[in-house]
Amino acid sequence: MKALAGGYAQARDLRHALDLLGQADGMGRVLAGGQSLIAAMNMRLTSGDLLVDISRIAELRGVALDGGWLRIGALTRHAEIGRDALIARHAPLLTRAVGHIAHSAIRNRGTIGGSLAHADPAAEFPACVLALEAVLHLDGPDGRRDVAAEDFFLGVFETAIEEGEILTGISVPVAQDGERHVLREAARRSGDYALAGLCLLRRTAGHRLAAFGVGPCPILARGAMEKLDHGDIDGAVAALSGEIDPPGDTQASAAYRRHLAGVLLRRALSDLEGEQS
Amino acid sequence: MTISFGNPDRPNSYIGKTVPRPNAPRLVQGRGKYVDDIVLPRMAHVAFVRSPHAHATIGAIDTAGAKEVKGVLRIFTGAEIAEVCTPWVGVLAHLKGLKSPPQHALAVDRACWVGEPVVAVVATSRAAAEEAAALVDVDYDPLPVVTDMMSALDADTPVLHADMGDNLAFRRLHEEGDVDGVMATAHKVVSARFKTARHTGVTLEPRSILADWNPAEQQLTTWNATQAPHMIQTVLATHLGLPEGRVRVICDDVGGSYGIKVHVYPDEVATAAISKIMERPVKFVADRLESFSTDIHARDHEIEAKIAVDAEGRILAIDVDDWTAIGAYSVYPRTSAIEGNQVVNLCGGPYDFANYRAQTTVVFQNKTPTCQYRAVGHPIAVAVTEGLVDLAAAELGMDPVEIRRRNMYADDVYPVTSPAKMKFEGLSHHASLNKLLELMDYDGLRAEQAALRGKGIHRGIGIASFIELTNPSPFMYGIGGARISAQDGCTVRMDPDGSLVALSGVTEQGQGTEAMLSQIVAEGVGVSPDRVRVITGDTQVTPYGGGTWASRGAGIGGEAALQSARALRGAILEVAGAMLQSPAEALDIRDGQVVDAASGEVRMPLEELGRIVYFRGDTLPKGVPRELVQTRHFITSDYPFAFTNGVQASYLEVDTETGIVTLLKHWCVEDCGRIINPQLVDEQIRGGIVQGLGGALFEEIHYDAEGQLLNGSMADYLVPMAAEMPDMVVGHVETPTMESELGAKGAGEAGTAGAPAAVMNAINDALRPLGGQVTAMPFTPERILRALGRITD
Repeated sequence: MKALAGGYAQARDLRHALDLLGQADGMGRVLAGGQSLIAAMNMRLTSGDLLVDISRIAELRGVALDGGWLRIGALTRHAEIGRDALIARHAPLLTRAVGHIAHSAIRNRGTIGGSLAHADPAAEFPACVLALEAVLHLDGPDGRRDVAAEDFFLGVFETAIEEGEILTGISVPVAQDGERHVLREAARRSGDYALAGLCLLRRTAGHRLAAFGVGPCPILARGAMEKLDHGDIDGAVAALSGEIDPPGDTQASAAYRRHLAGVLLRRALSDLEGEQS
Repeated sequence: MTISFGNPDRPNSYIGKTVPRPNAPRLVQGRGKYVDDIVLPRMAHVAFVRSPHAHATIGAIDTAGAKEVKGVLRIFTGAEIAEVCTPWVGVLAHLKGLKSPPQHALAVDRACWVGEPVVAVVATSRAAAEEAAALVDVDYDPLPVVTDMMSALDADTPVLHADMGDNLAFRRLHEEGDVDGVMATAHKVVSARFKTARHTGVTLEPRSILADWNPAEQQLTTWNATQAPHMIQTVLATHLGLPEGRVRVICDDVGGSYGIKVHVYPDEVATAAISKIMERPVKFVADRLESFSTDIHARDHEIEAKIAVDAEGRILAIDVDDWTAIGAYSVYPRTSAIEGNQVVNLCGGPYDFANYRAQTTVVFQNKTPTCQYRAVGHPIAVAVTEGLVDLAAAELGMDPVEIRRRNMYADDVYPVTSPAKMKFEGLSHHASLNKLLELMDYDGLRAEQAALRGKGIHRGIGIASFIELTNPSPFMYGIGGARISAQDGCTVRMDPDGSLVALSGVTEQGQGTEAMLSQIVAEGVGVSPDRVRVITGDTQVTPYGGGTWASRGAGIGGEAALQSARALRGAILEVAGAMLQSPAEALDIRDGQVVDAASGEVRMPLEELGRIVYFRGDTLPKGVPRELVQTRHFITSDYPFAFTNGVQASYLEVDTETGIVTLLKHWCVEDCGRIINPQLVDEQIRGGIVQGLGGALFEEIHYDAEGQLLNGSMADYLVPMAAEMPDMVVGHVETPTMESELGAKGAGEAGTAGAPAAVMNAINDALRPLGGQVTAMPFTPERILRALGRITD
């Protein structure tokens, strides 16, 4: 199919981008890496969009250390995240996630902001930022606001981004000494969206466990986290099973995904032990 | 003079060698010419409004809104197209009882599957045509649907085509010997229910046609992405009411076919009809989404099968009850009964046994029509046969290799006729199996498997022997009344500079047909392959032929090329003999030069001979024949098909907690007769294996109970990709067919034929100690876990 765009404008800077969105009368769509939006347009799942291309806004790209936070620009591409030394040191979960995201061509263009704003329930980065307790930065006509990852993902492709707002970056708390990050997922083919996936963190304060592909949006499995904090692995698997709401589709049933989540949790824990030994 | 193929040091020894593909630089540099690359003056584009219902009456069609879209030229309904284009019926006389209703280019009154074209919108751009198509308002009245295969013939299932009386398209029962009697008394009888999923071919280049009716010439020229230009010529002429000679079908580069592009598609015929009505060029290129709902599907079979063996593992009887559902129409003109028919012909193929019964039941349903796709019926028949043989071996506690050794036709019994009445000229099952076992180090792998089993790692080894039908004679289609040529021709011409042009009726879709032809012609005449230009795919240029399908390109087209090349060689030597005052028999052509056959001494370069023949013919004796262009045609006549054989093995690991299968290695030893280009053959085998592995693990078209296609995109129809593919080892045994001087049989489908069965047997080999078994493809992680009882809800 041929895409039917309503218009296209390249934003010079953030202010310009916000102005363009403001003038779009609700039809504005932010174009960053385009790895989901363009495919959707080409299938006419969306049409008539007024595309606001933010990809040239340099201020939205890059990674920097800011005290106890790692600041990641929304336009930082998956491949850049995958090879960034600061991220590898302070948020290795994101480094690990990149190896699971699609293929090189997509990683070279897709951006972390685009992935988070798109909020595909089976995508890796949304679950990562949830597990990492990241803060997402939004700019809009009424100024800047911060949203905690836990409050950001609302449903399938649905986030806390309001009309006219742009996700400009995220801040991730720097990993503490001894903190361990593991990502486990299973997919039918390398690079496919996960049938189920888990991000597991072990901190001195306790475990963080976020699941993806098993509900309308990434899920913070608090019950399982608590069981893990008490060393109860079977209990954690059982709790996780109750906390997720996996879909059934042509790839796998909900029952399979639920089973898979348990297997992945045990394997993720085993990975953690491997990390520490 | 015959070619001494056994001597690798013979002059011009290009047959049997890997030579560069003449079209590779063009394709790699993006200089290919596909249908979508061709732009003609006044060219319009067509997009189709397709039925969103699996079965519905078509009521009023409101095109008012669509006509308002800028760029729209005209909008056609089914009734309007039917005024210039007659409907067709996809039956063949030799498939007795096969029935199918008339099918129109655009649905008239009733739509029968999701994706059937209903309205055509013609505009100055594809984008405008699509935009307008979205605004066409068709008043559908949904009808009851038939979607389930096994209940399609039940009394309370609605009849899809009232005129047909019932939903049975075709049924064939073949019986040999006393199956029931043997089954009643056999040492062991093992049964299983197999399922192969609905697939589609997913060609890289989608289906495409550019049709240009020129009223001044009264000629329709079409550029098609097709495997069979002459067949398309006949079809367009017949249904548009034109003389065949006024339809020219051109087929430039084609980006993959796999059988998908050998059929007649209603939207393509409609495009040609529209060109005739509008008297201007019209292009249609299917997009990926409509490819999934309109390219033919295949392989949707359910099979109940039994095998009887004696205590020594000898196969006594095989009983197969095959069912397939083919969608709403039997596809024209090759029909949708061939696949089921092949299952009947091919089950039990490698084995010497006496009692055989097979029935195929082919039913209609409201889904996309199915038809021939790479290795037609073979993956199904091989899975059933090899699955049964492995089950029997397990029941007897016998090694899977040993039971095959005890039952495969001995390598010295040929010619032989199978219980399915297939005639085998010469096969090499035992030699191929021995070579396979050596390549894979079977005993070493078994030891490794056992050692790892102790560590909780579950690996499996699966073997699958197979036969493959290639080089079809008119027994495949021609005797049924279809104008589908089993013969093929080649014209080879020498131009003044001594270079050659070969025109062939077989076609190139990316597999290297033109490379194969160039090296045959090079050797046949005596020049290097880079002196040969090959032209295929133009019905007004090449000799009449069938095209490339059913693994016939090398065996049929290659032999025609060899004979025409040898004839040209003879013609050149006759002129050379007159010039050099030497008997033609004393001369030879080597590396583009006429030489003394005995000494090899150069007598005259071909360009000198060309100069004299074409520009100074006055210096030659009057009456010397100077026909430096020769045509030969070839058809097989001793056997209906040239069967090949082979055996594959899969080594894999099953993760018994996730159900995920990791393919570790794959082997194939096959016998396609004379190998013309080893690398091209190996890559055909590898590519075929990949498609077979796709069927085994990934590919499955899903419909819901209402006939809605659930996974019509590359995101959710999983094709095999590089990361999941194992290393493959390919070996060969060569048993040339005696039907031709070349001795080549087909190699294009062997990989696909055997790979799914090898994987199935390997998975079951891994699962057997755990008590699980899978027989429904694809073997998804979930199906494997359910077989192991790890998921029960």
